Amino acid sequence: MTNVQTSPPSTAAPSEASNRVSLGLSNRLLARPEVGALVAAVLIFIFFLVSAPAFRSGESFFTVLYQSSTIGIVAVGVGMLMIGGEFDLSAGVITTTAGLVNSMLCWYVGMNLWVGAVVSLAFCLFIGFVNGFLVMRTGIPSFLITLGTFFVLQGANLGVTKLVTGSVSSTDISQIDGFSSLQKIFASSFKVGPVTVWITVIWWLLFVALAAWILQRTRTGNWIYAVGGNPDSARAVGVPLIRTKIGLFMTVSFLGWFVGMHTLYRFNTLQAGNGVGNEFLYIIAAVVGGTLLTGGYGNAIGVAIGAFIFGMTSLGIVYAGWDPNWFKAFLGVMLLLAVLVNLYVKRMSTARKVG
Amino acid sequence: MTDTLAQHADSHLRKGEPLIEMTGIGKSYGAIRALRGINLRVNAGEVTCVLGDNGAGKSTLIKIMSGLHPHNEGSLKVDGKELTFASPREALDHGIATVYQDLAVVSLMEVWRNFFLGSELTAGRFPLAGMKIRDMKRIADEELRKMGIVVKDINQPIGTLSGGQRQCVAIARAVYFGARVLILDEPTAALGVKQSGVVLKYTAAARDAGLGVVFITHNPHHAYLVGDHFIILKLGGTVLDKNRSEVGLDELTTQMAGGDELTELSHELGR
Repeated sequence: MTNVQTSPPSTAAPSEASNRVSLGLSNRLLARPEVGALVAAVLIFIFFLVSAPAFRSGESFFTVLYQSSTIGIVAVGVGMLMIGGEFDLSAGVITTTAGLVNSMLCWYVGMNLWVGAVVSLAFCLFIGFVNGFLVMRTGIPSFLITLGTFFVLQGANLGVTKLVTGSVSSTDISQIDGFSSLQKIFASSFKVGPVTVWITVIWWLLFVALAAWILQRTRTGNWIYAVGGNPDSARAVGVPLIRTKIGLFMTVSFLGWFVGMHTLYRFNTLQAGNGVGNEFLYIIAAVVGGTLLTGGYGNAIGVAIGAFIFGMTSLGIVYAGWDPNWFKAFLGVMLLLAVLVNLYVKRMSTARKVG
Repeated sequence: MTDTLAQHADSHLRKGEPLIEMTGIGKSYGAIRALRGINLRVNAGEVTCVLGDNGAGKSTLIKIMSGLHPHNEGSLKVDGKELTFASPREALDHGIATVYQDLAVVSLMEVWRNFFLGSELTAGRFPLAGMKIRDMKRIADEELRKMGIVVKDINQPIGTLSGGQRQCVAIARAVYFGARVLILDEPTAALGVKQSGVVLKYTAAARDAGLGVVFITHNPHHAYLVGDHFIILKLGGTVLDKNRSEVGLDELTTQMAGGDELTELSHELGR
């Protein structure tokens, strides 16, 4: 398929723009999926700057970024998967599964944490593969298949942890070989002036940049939009539908593993019941960022902004001194608004402009 | 627009040469037999029309030829070699391209992305293979322009084009990527008279460029405008199989409307 063009691209395309009308700036802006989210993010940011004095420091801005990154890393994968037309409800618990496999395996067998991390990665990719394989093989909606894996993992997390350690939390692994080097990769932080920067923020930005590049500028990205927008027609022109979708499920479980590693090496121990409910935060971040629930539309920058909105609100409410119990209500309102804005924008941008 | 077609069409195609030969093709979905005993030849430079009512087995026939479902009776020969397609990709690799009625394009994607979908131009090796976006946009724009399809902006979602234009983009794409056999599934069904005309002219142009065309429709008038050979399907079997010289539009129309059944019905209703 690698088609290397021999003739150099001609510098002046013939009859360029003779009857091509470039659309107005506002029209082109509106057609971008992340614009609604960007406007919302700016409004929320100003809102908290005004109402929460503690929000106004660089330190708290980076705390917000850290909070956003822990959701944002998996959300990027979930966003790509949703552009590809599928859901993954097991993306929340798999972060805990990843950490538990690593920590308990190494504690029980007594081996280097690096080996455990690799085993855990293989296990997570396997779960992603099973999700994708079952969805593609059976044609059952991914919502149901991954709801199944979600419950299996949630139960297994608790059950196996109880069997191995006798309680519902894993044992402290900070004395096992390999801890310090893994902590450097997944859970270190450094100071820039007075500001603490967590390494996950860097990872998050890297993953977003990578995803944005893949979606916009590679063949794989083209395929992801196509399998989400119209799977039958994509398959009919030779796009490997099954491979693309299974790859997307595995990407999500890879990123889930990544965040699981962060949690494990930051806190040394894990609560086996954690991670439940996060899958919805990822989906909300993706939808608020302009990803279409039915697939085929969205982008990585939008999902990142969605995650940032999540980070801002969850901490902004605390900084403002309000009862944090309201947070979920706020999130729900955001989601509803985002869905309405998306609907409006999609209608605007796909309305017929050509006679 | 004929120029571009001729330019991209395979120059080894000789008019009248058989590209696809089907003998005794049948297909069952579980206990249901959707198709039986179909004989069909697609020759280079000719249009083979497949007509039939809803449920006659037209879609099943297309799916066999385009690689979506394998057949389970009879033989399918492409260029004289017997084979069974495992995927649409295999059919495409043999130069058999299908343009579907509704699912010809991905409406939310840009025109140029649709044009190159599945055959993107890439630079470099797999993990770092970026697409040559500028080249792709330029080629898509040029090719469409040559074929008389002028879009305001090659970056607009293809869903904003009219139905006829979308069909033409899909056909243009198939020809540009070296199709030798073009299967058109009800290309005019959802179109107005003028738009249908554009698609039919395009079909004729593809035939003149030497391609084998399979034209599936339930409109005998459209079929008779371009067809060289006509096959009418009914309940999974063939009820008519004639060359253009042996059949007139009247017979086609009557057969399509129900043939003997219709005569019987008119007796029964007795007016």
